Amino acid sequence: MELVCPAGTPAALRAAADAGADAIYCGFANETNARNFPGLNFTREDLADGVDHAHRKGSKVLVAINTFARAGSVGLWTEAVDTAARCGADAIIAADLAVLDHAASNHPDLRLHLSVQAAANTPEAIRFYAETFGVKRVVLPRVLSVPEIAALNKEIEVEMEVFVFGGLCVMTEGRCSLSSYATGKSPNLTGVCSPPDHVDYHEDPSGKLLARLGGFTIDRFEAGQAAGYPTLCKGQFSAEGKTGYLFEDPVSLNAFEFLGDLAQAGVTALKIEGRQRGKAYIAGVVSAFRKAVDSLSGGGDPKPAIAALKAFSEGGRETAGSYKKTWR
Amino acid sequence: MQTHPSSESLPPLVSTLISPLPKPPMEALLSTLTRRLVARRPDLIRRLGDVVRVPIAIVPDDLPHAFLLSLDPDTSRVRICDKSRIGDASAIVRAPFLVLLGLLDGTYDGDALFFSRDLRIEGRTEHVLALRNTLEEADLTPGAFFGLGGRSADWVNALSDRLLGQVRAYAQKSKPAAGSARHLS
Repeated sequence: MELVCPAGTPAALRAAADAGADAIYCGFANETNARNFPGLNFTREDLADGVDHAHRKGSKVLVAINTFARAGSVGLWTEAVDTAARCGADAIIAADLAVLDHAASNHPDLRLHLSVQAAANTPEAIRFYAETFGVKRVVLPRVLSVPEIAALNKEIEVEMEVFVFGGLCVMTEGRCSLSSYATGKSPNLTGVCSPPDHVDYHEDPSGKLLARLGGFTIDRFEAGQAAGYPTLCKGQFSAEGKTGYLFEDPVSLNAFEFLGDLAQAGVTALKIEGRQRGKAYIAGVVSAFRKAVDSLSGGGDPKPAIAALKAFSEGGRETAGSYKKTWR
Repeated sequence: MQTHPSSESLPPLVSTLISPLPKPPMEALLSTLTRRLVARRPDLIRRLGDVVRVPIAIVPDDLPHAFLLSLDPDTSRVRICDKSRIGDASAIVRAPFLVLLGLLDGTYDGDALFFSRDLRIEGRTEHVLALRNTLEEADLTPGAFFGLGGRSADWVNALSDRLLGQVRAYAQKSKPAAGSARHLS
């Protein structure tokens, strides 16, 4: 299986290539990509240099142009596709119909991957994208169990890519409006879930940390307690007299224990989340999962390297997410 | 307030020794080196975006002073001030000195330090994020910060790696048993 790794900066791209990524995904520094955070991402020159470097190291570069274009103003998105093609990207990752159509019509040799933002989780939806735009791979939403992925694979002709580590979206991506509700900005349109200009933290003298988003206090961490991202889906809410994590705890995905099952289910590529993370995360997670993937075909024991990844996890905790739906 | 996170704090003696040192020469040296770095790497200013000229306070828990960093193409400067007089910083980043150094050179992941509460931020989160991501891209080594190249840079980097490794090992050994240090690479 191919290991697909994140890069928010050229330095992170180099770290991912050095750590053994088969493919590296990245995006432009604008609202065409769903990690549109300050200080992150690539210019045209960065991407051209990054593609050269990755190719020399034997890695592919996939460019995420995976937000939905503004109505009546698709130019920024089509220009991003053209730039990615000119820079020698190996594929683009897109969800918007107009973006996919532009790529398929104008760059027929450019490989298309369907972003998780398209939330395509039925054979009918996936077949539509494959037949209409020639999509070669679908990135599956993080809401499917392993048996559901295996069943899906039997009904589609395209490759499947699944998330195996990192931040966990518990909503069906592309359809989540929680961030918009609190801030007016969303990953779907502006490329930011919980935009940092709407986030603030306050630690009181006792060490208690309050995390706020758009003026709403969404979580409170006691002194010394591991913290999480300021996302509404992992905030605490009071309902029917109870207060707690209504949707999901602050926790990160780690599907290491399912790699063999995912391979058997027909998965082609394993995706690591984290374009917003630093080089230390990229190097640590990519090299650990490199060992894990190689171990499936007789490599060394990856368990110590995988166990060390807990330190990178949100809230200091890990979950297998929907791959193991224990709540059913 | 949690002033000394459990990870990698310098011994109090270091703070005691640094405290009486005159600030102006240290400010002048750090400002000059920072300006030279920015001149060599104009891409960093572009990456900073809106944070150009925005003062951000870096506050090492285990040192007596705070560092007020302001980056721009011509007049980048580092001011050293008392922790109680941070003044007009748009954001404040707090952590033990060795943790901050590890963040600067890419040894640590900023999000992981935030999760573990070893790193605390106040004020404009987007400014901290822009600075953090810019520093990630800077791929800073001590040699690069001092403007060195070639073998002299390699020598300085190797020496500082050794020294930092020893200091970190000492800090790890002397940390409280209930600590939550995260050495991430």
